[in-house]
Amino acid sequence: MLFCVHGGSDFAGTFDVFAPLLAAAGWRVVAWDHRGHGDSDHAALYGWDADIRDALSVMSRVTSAPAPVVAHSKGGALMMQLADGSPYRISRLVNIDGMPSKRRMPDVPDHDQSRLLADSIASWLDFRHVAGDSNRKPGTLAELAQRRGKMNPRLSTEWLEYLVTIGARQDEDGWRWKLDPTMRFGGFGPWRPEWASLRMAALTVPFLGLLGTSDEPMGWGARARDVRPFLPAGGRLELLDGVGHFIHIEEPDLVAGMVLEFLS
Amino acid sequence: MTTVTLAHNRISLALHEVRPGTGRPLLLLHGLGESAASMTRLDVGWDGPVWALDFTGHGDSTVPFGGGYSCEILMADADIALRELGEATVVGRGLGAYIALLIAGARSSIVRGAVLLDGPGLAGGAVHVTSNTETTTVERAGQAPDPWALIELSHDARPPTYVTTFARLALNGSGIPDPIAVACKVTPPWVEAISAEPGVLTDIGLQEALDIYAQI
Repeated sequence: MLFCVHGGSDFAGTFDVFAPLLAAAGWRVVAWDHRGHGDSDHAALYGWDADIRDALSVMSRVTSAPAPVVAHSKGGALMMQLADGSPYRISRLVNIDGMPSKRRMPDVPDHDQSRLLADSIASWLDFRHVAGDSNRKPGTLAELAQRRGKMNPRLSTEWLEYLVTIGARQDEDGWRWKLDPTMRFGGFGPWRPEWASLRMAALTVPFLGLLGTSDEPMGWGARARDVRPFLPAGGRLELLDGVGHFIHIEEPDLVAGMVLEFLS
Repeated sequence: MTTVTLAHNRISLALHEVRPGTGRPLLLLHGLGESAASMTRLDVGWDGPVWALDFTGHGDSTVPFGGGYSCEILMADADIALRELGEATVVGRGLGAYIALLIAGARSSIVRGAVLLDGPGLAGGAVHVTSNTETTTVERAGQAPDPWALIELSHDARPPTYVTTFARLALNGSGIPDPIAVACKVTPPWVEAISAEPGVLTDIGLQEALDIYAQI
């Protein structure tokens, strides 16, 4: 069996085309909605360590043996940290565009960055005052798909509309994404992207990294030259030209083939 | 002691009036694993009302399910309290000292001086990436102080470049010559980092710092 781990603001249903391809090859595939995402409970607090504990909880319920993990975006970074701290849990790790790199905002002077940071912190704090009353904006199925399309401009309308049926619920006044409306990333914090790279270099599990070369709003903007120096011993990085952040959705057959070859 | 309950998303925060007074309030922020009660023993001369906050997962505030703590969430706890009190001077102990620095930078126009004291949780975690530990279960879940708070807030990263940013925001936005007063004896790396910044008083006691901020 293997685990598929989704990225931030996503849900397990985003593997609905990709995972069956792995299952067809004989793998039992298990995925879960992270706290606050999809059909999992909304929480009072969200955090990186909590997400990792949740993952360990799910994995421990399913198997006590080390298992392969295929993880996308934030899920990939989470699983690199889990593989570092609990290497007995993961037998092989495929990271799909979840390898952050140290890149700063281009062409923004330091004093402007400080102002942007102050504005960002104030905006986040202001939101905390009203978060408890927040609700997601309702819309038609097509409208939600269109909104998501702004973040996923490379994905088809048909696929985006399918995602709405899984990741949103139909209320009396329309469809709403299930994602907890109180979740809002502040754009600030002590975490540095390069820390994930340092953890990646220390990994002992067999590692395959997949990187699309086309930037997307939800992508992390990592470049091969940023990632390669931090690959773990024996690790591989494969580039997919002309593909965006959602590599496994754009190219499910190709990625499934690469994963199955890696797992074999 | 009068207690006001404030909503912070799905958390109910307990804000206690330690004693009444006239003038600008003093907000006390406790250390990791403590509660507002531990701050009431602080001997401070201050004319205004003195309030003490229970952070999320501590004292009489809600203990949430499953952790997920960060110092930024506790900074937002303090911000909720400041929305209730208005302009205030802040005194933080241990973890509360770190939160006092953060909120002094984030809300520089309403925090009229922040005093940092020794206490539990002052050091925090590393200033850089660390190896991981695995923690899957805890006893006492659901009780204050929340064990997840003790675990997660005892090793949060506090890189110097991050903390100095808040010290600079406090200096630039407050209009106060020295908006931060380091009155703690223990100096973990983050305290050392801000101590070298302009606008940060060092070698100063709690009452001396409060006397300065009372004049602002």
